[in-house]
Amino acid sequence: MNKSIFLSVIFHIIVISLTAISFPYMIKKPINLPPIISIELIQISDFTNIPYAPKAKKILEKIKKEKERVVSEQAPPKIVKKEKPDAIPLPKDAKKKKKIKTKKQNPKKIESEIKQVSEFEKKKLFDPDQIAALIDKSKVETAETIRKSDKLTQSQDKNFIASGLTLSEEDAIKAQIFGCWSIPLGLPYSENLLVRIKLKLKSDGTVIKQEILDHVRMNIPGQDFYKVLAESALRAIRLCQPLRVPTTGYDRWKDLQLNFDLNKMLKG
Amino acid sequence: MKNVFFLFFLFVVFFAKSSFALVEIDITRGNLNPLPIAVSPLYVESKSSEVLKELEVGSEIAKIIETNLSRSGLFSPLEKDSFVQKPDIAHLKPRFEDWKLIKAQALITGKVNITSEKLRIEFRLWDVLAAKEIMALAFTTVPDNWRRVAHIITDKIYKRLTGEDGYFDTRIIYVAEKGPKNQRIKKLAIMDQDGKNTKYLTLGNELVLTPRFNPTNQMVTYMSYFRNLPRVYLLDIETGVQEVVGEFPGMTFAPRFSPDGKKIIMSFAKDGNSDIFTMNLETRVVERITEHPAIDTSPSYSPDGKYICFNSDRSGYQQIYVMRSDGSDVKRITFGQGIYGTPVWSPRGDLIAFTKMYKNRFYIGVMRIDGSGERLLTENYYQEAPSWSPNGRVLIFYRETKSGSQGEGFSATLWSIDLTGYNERLVETLTDASDPSWSSLLSK
Repeated sequence: MNKSIFLSVIFHIIVISLTAISFPYMIKKPINLPPIISIELIQISDFTNIPYAPKAKKILEKIKKEKERVVSEQAPPKIVKKEKPDAIPLPKDAKKKKKIKTKKQNPKKIESEIKQVSEFEKKKLFDPDQIAALIDKSKVETAETIRKSDKLTQSQDKNFIASGLTLSEEDAIKAQIFGCWSIPLGLPYSENLLVRIKLKLKSDGTVIKQEILDHVRMNIPGQDFYKVLAESALRAIRLCQPLRVPTTGYDRWKDLQLNFDLNKMLKG
Repeated sequence: MKNVFFLFFLFVVFFAKSSFALVEIDITRGNLNPLPIAVSPLYVESKSSEVLKELEVGSEIAKIIETNLSRSGLFSPLEKDSFVQKPDIAHLKPRFEDWKLIKAQALITGKVNITSEKLRIEFRLWDVLAAKEIMALAFTTVPDNWRRVAHIITDKIYKRLTGEDGYFDTRIIYVAEKGPKNQRIKKLAIMDQDGKNTKYLTLGNELVLTPRFNPTNQMVTYMSYFRNLPRVYLLDIETGVQEVVGEFPGMTFAPRFSPDGKKIIMSFAKDGNSDIFTMNLETRVVERITEHPAIDTSPSYSPDGKYICFNSDRSGYQQIYVMRSDGSDVKRITFGQGIYGTPVWSPRGDLIAFTKMYKNRFYIGVMRIDGSGERLLTENYYQEAPSWSPNGRVLIFYRETKSGSQGEGFSATLWSIDLTGYNERLVETLTDASDPSWSSLLSK
């Protein structure tokens, strides 16, 4: 009985604490708000209605007329119905899609009728998605995005980004370290030749802190080779810095662990 | 209660994942380029004797260290002209930025002085990139010994930077040759591994061949002629006393010490048949190891003394075999084309070096102890008799040039090559030289 009461009390304390944390106004004093400044919102019309000066008005009207004249000279190309017997008819789906798009997009921008498409291109563009993409450029992007999202790549893997580097980013660092690491040749290759070094990096790739994770091994009698290996790895890091880190996503790689593994190298 | 724990567990798991996400990159490749190293001349203290200054001992020691490191193929000593800092100041506290500027990754500085007629040489090894000292030692010796101290220092540096023992404080015994090819005078000679300090151990009255050190480097066994018969000899380097090994009723040759130095293993030939025998140097007991109508010769012990490799023509032509040290369990390990000979077991125990003759060309190579992984390191008109450095990284052998019908143009020289096969170097000797044998480290 007492135990149940005790647990109930603890549970209530936790609930109250969580509530207090969740609702800061409960524990914080009301904020002294600054005095309200009233601002009048006015409607801004699409065009200014300031009357032009008479002279300027004339010039503007002249320009307008000229523009209109030019526009009238450039008549839109004739709409020619494709009557070729070998022309590939558009699939019904594509037409449907086209209709949908016209509703969404600005009809002025659609130039499907004007576009000249060769027979070769038509054959290539048989894919309804692609035809739709011709009608609307944004459709291409959408289609591609959808296709990409079907397969999960490393760059799209949210977890991967959150916790690591892309393969190319990793390779850049690897390649840099490979060039800097002079391998000590006299090590006993039957032993465990793995040195793990944890790095803390600046955003420019400079090493702030480096720590050998198995540093205890450096002082074990008979493990002198480990010291030599660890020192060679540290030399490589110092020689290579600043590391070729990505220019973005500092949080992803500010802490880095390099595993210098000679055993793996020997095994290929 | 269980639910509370479960919620707590979820909380820990969730936060642990987000806060300990660490990028790990595996570095599984590196470069085998020689390490750039700066060897600053050792500073000679002003109160030291003028002799030291005249001899330029400081510079000479630095030069020996530099040459040793360079010859190993693992280090690339930098040009002294590029050094910014003076030796005395560098030895106290190097300005690492200056050394970084010339791309040095390691720096050696030192100081020499004489106190109470003893030469004191100290040196420091600096990690330039880490800007810290990684080794500092001092040696006190008689002034004449400065060359050897330079070799010892090199060994220390080599071990500190590569992780394996050095091979610089060692000697090489070889056969010094002089005269025309058909009237060669052959003497036993001993020198430092860099070709300096040559001393002759025999007068050259008798032909000498195949000298080998014992593990303590005090004794040498070799083949010479006694009453016009080739016989195995034993020579004490310190005292100069030599003796014939055993009373064999035929010729004995190709001797070598066992790893503990207590036995000599050799070939004994009689009536056209050659077999392998051992003789205990303490008890003088002779033991037969092989018994076969074929020619068994060139025996060499494994470092643990449990196995022996040798060459034999029992298969029809000369190949390499391995057996237990009591002669049992004989196995042929070479099956490649050509003739194999002079097998020598590596001090590390993992490889066997050999000479191979194929299509009138001679090769020095290595293979694993089961005969697999054969690698031919060097090829020439005539070369043979490889001998391992004490750390098992370098081989020394001799090479002869083609001569005319009268023996003109003939020469015999010593060469070294490392296990990569890329670092082949001529070992300078005062005269022509053959049959080299590398000692173990003098200072262990």
